[in-house]
Amino acid sequence: MTTTRFQELIAKNEVAHARRRRITNAVMLTITGLLTLLALVPLFWIVGYVIYRGGSTLNLDFFTQLARPLGMAGGGVLFSIEGTAVLTVLSCLFAIPPGVLAAFYVARNPNTPLGVALRFGTDVLAGVPSIVMGLFIYTLIVVPEKHYSAWAGGLALAILMLPVIIRTTEEMLKLVPHTMREASLGLGAPEWKTSLSVMFPAALNGIITGFLLAIARSVGETAPLLFTALGNEQYDLGTIVRGGIQSHQSLFAIIGRIINQPVDSLPLTLWKYAQQPYPERINQSWGVALVLMIFVLLIEIIARLYVESRKRALQG
Amino acid sequence: METNIAVSNNLTQNNESTHKMELKNFSVFYGKFRALTEINLTVLPNKITAIIGPSGCGKSTLLRSFNRMNDLTASARMDGEILLDGENINASGVDVVDVRRRVGMVFQRPNPFPKSIYDNVAFGPRLYGVNRKSDLDEIVEKSLHQSALWDEVKDKLHQSGLSLSGGQQQRLCIARALAVEPEVILMDEPASALDPISTLRIEELMHDLVKDYTIIIVTHNMQQAARVSDYTAMMMIDDQRAGRMIEFNETNVIFTNPKDKRTEDYVTGRFG
Repeated sequence: MTTTRFQELIAKNEVAHARRRRITNAVMLTITGLLTLLALVPLFWIVGYVIYRGGSTLNLDFFTQLARPLGMAGGGVLFSIEGTAVLTVLSCLFAIPPGVLAAFYVARNPNTPLGVALRFGTDVLAGVPSIVMGLFIYTLIVVPEKHYSAWAGGLALAILMLPVIIRTTEEMLKLVPHTMREASLGLGAPEWKTSLSVMFPAALNGIITGFLLAIARSVGETAPLLFTALGNEQYDLGTIVRGGIQSHQSLFAIIGRIINQPVDSLPLTLWKYAQQPYPERINQSWGVALVLMIFVLLIEIIARLYVESRKRALQG
Repeated sequence: METNIAVSNNLTQNNESTHKMELKNFSVFYGKFRALTEINLTVLPNKITAIIGPSGCGKSTLLRSFNRMNDLTASARMDGEILLDGENINASGVDVVDVRRRVGMVFQRPNPFPKSIYDNVAFGPRLYGVNRKSDLDEIVEKSLHQSALWDEVKDKLHQSGLSLSGGQQQRLCIARALAVEPEVILMDEPASALDPISTLRIEELMHDLVKDYTIIIVTHNMQQAARVSDYTAMMMIDDQRAGRMIEFNETNVIFTNPKDKRTEDYVTGRFG
């Protein structure tokens, strides 16, 4: 059996080459492994430290009581949790309908003047610092109304959510096969009916995920709320609703009272408590941080579970 | 429909009333670009008309003209006439929804809606205001029978249409098209995404359906055109890159004794 020049060359180098290759591999693997660990350190550090500091303050009172005056033990952040819920519901009501409709428009008419303007506007809006949204709503709503309110806060958060909702919805609509739309139109369905009963269900998973991402983003925002929702440590839905029913107010009036006064939200409470020089407030701010983290995590889990169940339902 | 079936037995007599659809000097433009040039074509009722030709010669554009799907392309403009039972479907005052109900379409890739099998088939009838459950049940069952899918899905009508196999999905799409009782069915390479056995089933189905419907099929597959169609239109791209119909005749003539050299080269596999 003859050997070629090439085989001779590699035979000569084989041992040295193979060793070098193994060493290089081991070194690179170690470096990448260490860097991965390094990248994970802040994550686990933050999560771990928040659990460590916040965990001890969590008890039933924390979730069911309003704030107590300083110096009194106990008390909770129910006002903040309720405020977050109200703000989330309001911001969704304000952001989702126009966001979805705009996304449908952009997905269908990307090159019309309005479509181009919408896309450009969405990009710009996504880059605007969130405190500017707060300032905008402050000038537009809070100053003329002469008071802070939940709905002003909801509007500021809604502006923040809009670009996320428009973008994800548009992307999801674009992923729906072109022919599915044609099949519907080919049966004689008008454009709006096609959008509503074919495109929307087909893209629903992604659209809902987009909503949840938008909520997860807005739930952690403090800046837009500083001078819109302001904060309100005596906010209590139970009291408002009970009081409303006892004085025979209409549903409309009760909702008005819920949304027309200042409210707190978890990040806002966290921000305020963490600045105070009182240990019990600082401890509570860690508790709020933990609740906020769990809340965002829950949203993520619900989103995943929902998408999975829809997938299973669709694929039979 | 009735009269069409009656006269279709006498096809040699080539008078106007025997034409289900007819193209007269029909051209399509995309902006300034001419995609189809002066097509003249007659589609006879209860026959399968195949449109063949190399890629990019405008077969799909032509097919999509038959139910005005080209309307969806903003830059598309049409010239000449397409007649359905003697009436120009592009004339002003013609309801495009009505055209699309009468001329249904089946697409290249199975594209069931992300709904249940039942709701897929009921989608069309519901659009036209059929809402009573018993009526819908009847239409769904009839359409699925017609598309030879009933026995396979009758126990799982409320499962997602996407849970079916590719061939079943395509037959579901055919059932969906049949549910609004069209007169003409357009098929754009309906079997090109399917395996040979599913393809065969679709072809058998076409043979059954043509008793009640008029079918126009675009296909890349020469053997398929030869197997299923009664008439064949051969299309070719010209120097200006516009699609032209170069020959139209009974399928056996196109495949055994074509008049145009290019058709002969194409059907014998010498190019394309």
